[in-house]
Amino acid sequence: MAIEANGKTYETDEEGYLSNLNEWEPEVATAMAAAEDCELTQEHWDIINFLREYYEEYQIAPAVRVLTKAVGKRLGKEKGNSKYLYELFPYGPGKQACKYAGLPKPTGCV
Amino acid sequence: MSKKFMYINRKAPYGTIYALESLEVVLIGAAFDQDVSLAFIGDGVYQLTKGQNTKGIGQKSFSPVYMALGDYDVNKIYVEKESLEERGLTLDDLQHLVWEDEDEDYAEKDSIRLVSRSELSDVLDDQDVVLSF
Repeated sequence: MAIEANGKTYETDEEGYLSNLNEWEPEVATAMAAAEDCELTQEHWDIINFLREYYEEYQIAPAVRVLTKAVGKRLGKEKGNSKYLYELFPYGPGKQACKYAGLPKPTGCV
Repeated sequence: MSKKFMYINRKAPYGTIYALESLEVVLIGAAFDQDVSLAFIGDGVYQLTKGQNTKGIGQKSFSPVYMALGDYDVNKIYVEKESLEERGLTLDDLQHLVWEDEDEDYAEKDSIRLVSRSELSDVLDDQDVVLSF
């Protein structure tokens, strides 16, 4: 599979995750979101950017539980709950947000 | 009911798949709300050393992942004192693994517990499930 963004074609796996995460650009996230009828707001970008920083530091995509806890600490307690994250990413904050962020599927996520 | 899981790590980080497999199982298992401990003995202590450079073997280093264990509530990491000494290592040669205590305003606490061989055997006695890698 592949996704078009920025006039370029990016290769993805069968579930739509970017094959080469070094190729990621913000436009890729926008295009992936558009394909799922989702318009990215600043709140979405906060999560996407957080995930990319986490991956950069620890080389893994965090489990949802870890993401929720970290978001609460970094972005405020009112955002550190699964209701908030699921409203932003209805297909699952782990799966959907990691995909937009160009990361692999979180370890332990089915 | 939560069970006490102990993962024993015995091998050097690269050259075999054991260290990475153990790490993945630990991260997956941590999602199930069990009481998780890790032990590093023998060459396994090399898994926690600082400044690993994997360039020469053309493999990505997974040593940053150990730093994330605290986020997964994996904060009982036993390192056997004799194994370190036999290899001329001290605690300072290992990565500084910490976890944040939410109940104490995210205070950072050490995850690594340096234990003697006999202390570790008591810890192992106390576990429900012991997995060896």
